[in-house]
Amino acid sequence: MANAQAMCTSFKTEILNGIHALGTSVVRAGTGADSLKAALYLASASLGAGTTAYSATGEVTGTNYTAGGVAVTNATAPTSSGTTAYWTPSASFTYTTVTLATSFDCVLVYNSTQSNKAISVHTFGAQTITAGTFSLSMPTNDSTNALIRIA
Amino acid sequence: MIVTTTKGDMDDSLLEKREGLVDNDNENTTWVEYWLDRELVHRSAHVRLKKPIVSTSEIGSFPYG
Repeated sequence: MANAQAMCTSFKTEILNGIHALGTSVVRAGTGADSLKAALYLASASLGAGTTAYSATGEVTGTNYTAGGVAVTNATAPTSSGTTAYWTPSASFTYTTVTLATSFDCVLVYNSTQSNKAISVHTFGAQTITAGTFSLSMPTNDSTNALIRIA
Repeated sequence: MIVTTTKGDMDDSLLEKREGLVDNDNENTTWVEYWLDRELVHRSAHVRLKKPIVSTSEIGSFPYG
């Protein structure tokens, strides 16, 4: 048996679980999972890796759409398989009976418990919705398909 | 089937239905539209994301000397 240099897979999962604080952290109110939200953004917006927090700038507006988006269902804790840690929301993001007349192509997942800090930006082909439902379904929650993976 | 439209709930037999599909490396998207007298009165879309956000991890080595 030889030693092998590696980032420990448990550490990757624990990053997703907020266990380690290698820099200045926050005082947490409890040990429960944070609340997450998903907001839609116009195709003309400029979200990406540099996005640090939710902002209403560039967010869609329209009938029955609430600024800030919808709550993310998070019933499955981060886990790992092989050397990949991963996490996926446990339900689709659904915006019901909305009218979003200006094309949008992006959803921001963010942490509403921690000052609306950004988690991830996902893009798709531009859409408009008219008195209808827009839904984003999640990929299979495994090490090759999960929405967020640390490999 | 009753469809929610900009004109209120309507029976789909009164409407022209159009459907579409986009399937590429990033997403699988289906959409449905209902038209009334050349006016779009309902559009829904369902997107299934295919491409996850992947962050690769690396660790550094201790310098020699």
